[in-house]
Amino acid sequence: MTSNTPPISVEKSRLVPTRWDLLALLLVFELIVFLADTSRALMQPLAELQAAPISLDPAYLPGYAARTTLRMLAAMALSLLFTFTYATFAAKSRRAELVLIPVLDILQSVPILGFISITIVFFMSLAPGKVLGAEFAAIFAIFTSQAWNMAFSFYQSLRTIPDDLVEASRCFHFPPWMRFWRVEVPFAMPALVWNMMMSMSGGWFFVVASEAISVGDTTITLPGIGSYIAAAIVQRDMAAIIWAIGTMLLVILIYDQLLFRPLVAWADRFRYEQEVGVMPPRSWVLTVLTRSQLVARIVTPLAAAWRWSYRLRPQTIKSNGKPRSNLGARPADSVWLVIVIVLAASALWQVSRFILEGLLITEVTTALGLGAITLVRVVVLIAVASVIWVPIGVWVGLRPRIARLVQPLAQFLAAFPANLLFPVAVSWIVAFHLDPNIWLSPLMVLGTQWYILFNVVAGASAIPSELRYVSTNLGVRGSLWWRRVALPGVFPYYVTGAITASGGSWNASIVAEVASWGDQRLQANGIGAYIAEATADGDFHRVALGISVMSLFVIVLNRSFWRPLYRFAERKYRLS
Amino acid sequence: MNATPLLETHDLRQAFPKPDGDELLVLDGIELSLAEGQIVGLLGRSGSGKSTLLRLIAGLSRPTAGAITYMGRPVTGPAPGIAMVFQSFALFPWLTVLENVQIGLEALGLPEHEIRQRALAAIDLIGLDGFESAYPRELSGGMRQRVGFARALVVHPNILLMDEPFSALDVLTAETLRTDFLDLWCEGRLPIRGVVLVTHNIEEAALMCDRILVFSTNPGRIVSEIKVDLPQPRDRVGPAFQNVVERIYVAMTARPMTARTGTRGERFAGTGIDTVLTRVSSNLLSGLIEAVAGPPYNGRADLPVIASALRMEIDELFPVAETLQMLRFAEVEGGDIRLSEEGKRFAIAPLDERKRLFQRHLLSYVPLATHVRRVLDERASHKAPWSRFLDELEDHMTTESAEQSLRAVISWARYGEAFAYDADGQMFSLENPS
Repeated sequence: MTSNTPPISVEKSRLVPTRWDLLALLLVFELIVFLADTSRALMQPLAELQAAPISLDPAYLPGYAARTTLRMLAAMALSLLFTFTYATFAAKSRRAELVLIPVLDILQSVPILGFISITIVFFMSLAPGKVLGAEFAAIFAIFTSQAWNMAFSFYQSLRTIPDDLVEASRCFHFPPWMRFWRVEVPFAMPALVWNMMMSMSGGWFFVVASEAISVGDTTITLPGIGSYIAAAIVQRDMAAIIWAIGTMLLVILIYDQLLFRPLVAWADRFRYEQEVGVMPPRSWVLTVLTRSQLVARIVTPLAAAWRWSYRLRPQTIKSNGKPRSNLGARPADSVWLVIVIVLAASALWQVSRFILEGLLITEVTTALGLGAITLVRVVVLIAVASVIWVPIGVWVGLRPRIARLVQPLAQFLAAFPANLLFPVAVSWIVAFHLDPNIWLSPLMVLGTQWYILFNVVAGASAIPSELRYVSTNLGVRGSLWWRRVALPGVFPYYVTGAITASGGSWNASIVAEVASWGDQRLQANGIGAYIAEATADGDFHRVALGISVMSLFVIVLNRSFWRPLYRFAERKYRLS
Repeated sequence: MNATPLLETHDLRQAFPKPDGDELLVLDGIELSLAEGQIVGLLGRSGSGKSTLLRLIAGLSRPTAGAITYMGRPVTGPAPGIAMVFQSFALFPWLTVLENVQIGLEALGLPEHEIRQRALAAIDLIGLDGFESAYPRELSGGMRQRVGFARALVVHPNILLMDEPFSALDVLTAETLRTDFLDLWCEGRLPIRGVVLVTHNIEEAALMCDRILVFSTNPGRIVSEIKVDLPQPRDRVGPAFQNVVERIYVAMTARPMTARTGTRGERFAGTGIDTVLTRVSSNLLSGLIEAVAGPPYNGRADLPVIASALRMEIDELFPVAETLQMLRFAEVEGGDIRLSEEGKRFAIAPLDERKRLFQRHLLSYVPLATHVRRVLDERASHKAPWSRFLDELEDHMTTESAEQSLRAVISWARYGEAFAYDADGQMFSLENPS
């Protein structure tokens, strides 16, 4: 070994703290105080909470925002745990996969907001009389909005780990635990972080919706921005609503800077294929954390301990990374399949019996009719949003300088919980006596249209410059240029965005089709309003029916329209 | 040389089930032994199962039948003491060079200071000093493969398995790495006792190996064994070396090519659509015909000579030569390629005559093309879907091979204007857009 050069940049650590240390210390302290302050409130009795109603004084807003944020983070931690276990199990066991993946697929399509009413009763019973139970219910609601796509992305990553990496890890005798953290999680990380971001964006919407909820006689008001807005609506306090919107903007900005920018910048190193010439994402927080020696000093022993844990070789874990054999065990598979089918059939029977025992068959046709109305709404709105945002997205995407400004803005707007803006819109509808059946509808795409915009922008920026030069060179312009160059170029991206937007809009219909302003109540016809109304009445039969019908519409729409379209787009228009 | 070999396989066989219940034989009757201090080369074209064999030896998959013994013990899973270097490097992109080298030792659970010491020693040995904190994506291909070597050597394996380790590198880099490796090997500075090298590069095999096992395709069998007694370092322009290369070419062109595409008698037995076709661009086909027809070969060329003149490796050259043989434009035998009369006519013909000639040969000598054309002729609509032929082919081969064969026939049919295919509608037809 050559001795004169230090092997790696092990700069002899100085004891003098650097400015990075100071900044890092501040960040860490802030986090601790924030956690302590907000979790203290969890253990107080529910009665105390009901006694102290939400105050519309803006001075309380930072505290409320902190509570809301903490709920989000708790749900995210739960989602990660779920992702690492559920998706891993599905990816490693073929039989589990047969069941788990379709289940995940359906869960993705079920309207999450409808869940809340069903789960809240259960969670309240877990911790009777404590705020904790209600908190659990809210966190669970957010969890259900975050977990599925994360688990899906992780599962897909696990299934697509390059063979040579798997073989290398087996050839060098990685124990399963080590392989999980050294190979599987890192490989899945970029996609997972991206999905976490999408989940968080969606999550803000649900955290706001799940804080103030009444199921029949049970009314729960957890301190948070969502409850603040709800209180403001009851009291028709427009100033409070504007305060809340401002606070939310700030919160999202902070969370973006403190959590996601660093995470995205950090996850970049795990990208398996690196395109040349792409600027890696940067984050000042990550820079602070990595340059701080204090952080390094704390992290080093932890990392060493973590590495030490790789040596633990639980002999019970059977799968030692062998490629899952598709041979043999066919008869056992059939038996398994039969069991699954029987279970599914009995579940279907249970559900239909539950719904039908409380309801007349005409109720089902009514619900189906309402589902059709909401379907028309979703289709029309996505079409309108597409007509508006596709040309704008293409225009922006072809101008890199503007795209760099618009892209984060669009992502930011997608994260902003659109339901905070509903009261503003509703107050206008009330003031101008507009038809709620038409004018409540745009609220459904208020938060989801941005997915179309930023995907189209991404698509337009990805059109190779050679293709653009050649079309300029051949004099292709006007409608020919749109038909032959721009639209085909962004099509796969557009489809991705539109799928997300469509899924989100169904969910949003539950809060968008019914709205109130003070004592004034607006209602549009639709399956979303149906579910919301049933929830308020505490009529679980109708809630179950509504959710089932909406899920059915979403699944049929996905299977018969979006998926084939996506496959077609991938096959024909993907530039790679 | 030691009496008991490091590694032995006995009557090894690997087969995968086909959709119709039959099995697809990949490796058959493999007898291999690796003695102390030897480099054994597995040479064959893609599809000869040589990489599959390497993975069996590494314990990454299990054979259908037969036995593998490593130092007297049967191999039932990844064995300690067998390390592997991958064609694609298989580095973990999220780990630095040092971490990539250390990871095998971490998995063994060694103490931290020993891990570091041994990793640095391996890095030093393989010439990676100064790159320790770099990420793989920052490195050139050659440097990446050096990391691959360091990672394998650091665990001090008895046997090093190399799966086409230089084929993803450019010629110059490959040569440097090969020489560096051979230098270390000959000086006894590597902690390994034997090497199994998979390659499709004939010169590489002749340069590095003490014994070369030549594989046939479909199924992979060892068709001949060539001992190379030349001392290291080997001089590749010397006659002795050229003689080895020539012997390998002869061994590789000897049996399988004539056996597969066959004599005239075979043509009438059945439809013959069960032959797996390799997609070879019509540009390559006419390119090789022109090259062989032109001076100095004038219709007959030595394969090693023309391969090096055209800078093609056997994996690229053989499918082209074999397709020409199937189309009866050329014959391949004894390490030579010789143009037929039609082949010579093709070489001097203008484009539209070439196409006519190509169409005639395609429809006469490629059973799948004949079949597709007949079906299209018989149908009133002159149309048939892709799935119609895919299903039929899948009775004889895997889905992948079936798709590959169909794509090959489509690309030739397009060149020869024998029939048309619409990718959007996935439909074969007789209409060519005019």
